[in-house]
Amino acid sequence: MERHLQPDLPDVAAPERRKKRSKAPFGLAAPALLWLLVLFVVPMIAMLSLSLQTGNSLEGFRQTFRFANFTDALSQNGPFVVRSLRNAAIVTGIALLLAYPVAYWIAFYGGRFKNVFLFLLLLPFFISFVIRTVAWSFILSDNGIVLGTLKNIGLLPESYRVLGTTFAVIAGITYNLLPFTILPLYVSLEQIDHRLVEAARDLYASKTKAFTKVVLPLSMPGVFAAVLLTSIPAIGDYVNASVLGGPGTTMIGNVIQSEFLRDRNYPEAAALAFVLMAIMLVGAVIYARVLGTSRITEA
Amino acid sequence: MSAIATEPRQEIAPAPVARRPARRWTRFVLPSYVGAFILYLSFPIFVIILFSFNQTRGGFGTSPRVKTTWIGFTVDWYKRLFELPDLTAALRHSLTIGVLSALAATALGTLLGLALARYRFRGRAGADFVIFLSISAPEIVLGAALASFFVALGISRGLSTLFLAHTMFSIAFVTVTVRARAAGLDPALEAAAMDLGAGPITAFFKVTLPLLFPGILAGFLLAFALSMDDFVISQFTQGPATMFPTWVYGATRVGIPPHVFAFATIIFLTGATVAMVQALTQFRRA
Repeated sequence: MERHLQPDLPDVAAPERRKKRSKAPFGLAAPALLWLLVLFVVPMIAMLSLSLQTGNSLEGFRQTFRFANFTDALSQNGPFVVRSLRNAAIVTGIALLLAYPVAYWIAFYGGRFKNVFLFLLLLPFFISFVIRTVAWSFILSDNGIVLGTLKNIGLLPESYRVLGTTFAVIAGITYNLLPFTILPLYVSLEQIDHRLVEAARDLYASKTKAFTKVVLPLSMPGVFAAVLLTSIPAIGDYVNASVLGGPGTTMIGNVIQSEFLRDRNYPEAAALAFVLMAIMLVGAVIYARVLGTSRITEA
Repeated sequence: MSAIATEPRQEIAPAPVARRPARRWTRFVLPSYVGAFILYLSFPIFVIILFSFNQTRGGFGTSPRVKTTWIGFTVDWYKRLFELPDLTAALRHSLTIGVLSALAATALGTLLGLALARYRFRGRAGADFVIFLSISAPEIVLGAALASFFVALGISRGLSTLFLAHTMFSIAFVTVTVRARAAGLDPALEAAAMDLGAGPITAFFKVTLPLLFPGILAGFLLAFALSMDDFVISQFTQGPATMFPTWVYGATRVGIPPHVFAFATIIFLTGATVAMVQALTQFRRA
């Protein structure tokens, strides 16, 4: 959304109040910005500072500007970083393929019921995603309602399992993030003027041609936003890997979480979290450049 | 419209007619897929609701755990809803933090949203950037940063740090919601009120605030829902206090008590009803 600055009509109507007005925006904005400054900006700096300290949780940590914390953290956790990036890439790809047709159909053929369909898509949000993930672990459990039934019929061998595999983790993350993939796709598809498609058809484009040459290019901003909104949470996720995965599916989020909350190895955890954020920021910027859009904040 | 446009080219008209039989069954593919997709998204919800009525067997002296197979129908878990003190406390924490942080975030975010929609001021671009970052930063980074901050200051984590953290991540969402509503308001309405003799404060409370109210309410509900649903940031900032999702996560190791599914069912039905009522009133007003 481009910010449309409105002419400040009240100012024009009452010029004598202009002086007083000029301070109003600061008064309105200050409390929230202060909150964000103290509890968002400063903590980021605190995390960066913590990532360069040495010590242990018993004797405390001292600032030593030890940049080797970063290289240590990376060399010890390289495989987890790679696995997280790979999982996130697979999740984003699958989610786009699954979500695009749904967003397309609702945007173009949803008619009066568009909002009803959107509401149905957002229904899962009314149950905490942890509980939904637990429900999946339940559904996919070795002798649960799906696998147990299939095993009883004899369609699956008794030893077959889904839980603990990479497949379960990727399926879980995809499930959790699909609404975030659909919404931006839907928003951009919904804005497409149907007359453009009609025009393409009138000019003898086949249905496929009209889609690939008109609809798809016009929906690219939505695809762009969907990729960011899906891949960023996917890289940092650790709930799916821990509830649905096993020892072999550890992602970088699991490492950060256990280093921070269980082992209290704060510097390493902070360094890893910082690396994670840097990877995402750099990735997002490169991605924006490649796509030729510098308007990254629009997503 | 397309009929008019294609009229002069009568000679190619038979082509679409020939294609029609092929479209007959393929036009059901996409709608059925959408239906299947919606069922897939809500499948865990059905399972949660269904298994909140499932019996459990065994459990010698320990509290019951949900079974992965259907044993028999019971409404026991709804009768014994408040049986587990830890779970009840976690839920109470979630509701308390949800309401308090949503109220705080709504107050702060509404003012910021108004400022951003109405005025150009120095630092506006910076404010926009911070809002964007706080929405798009991965939760685990936010959680780790907040935990680092509290550790560095030696602040012990608990309900107060949860309140600070939840308010923080909700502010941006309220701001964006209220700003969208405020940007759609005609500033001339407020000007008209003042031309008719209302002071700026009266004009704000009698004209601007009522017009903004749907946006503010939507922002509040969004903030409350985000807070209730949050897991990652809560886990990093809660300390010994537990919230509903973090308690459930902790319980996955030993097995989930069926009360969790009963609570989840109640929360789901309440949330869906509130959202539906909210959407319908919005719809009627529009």
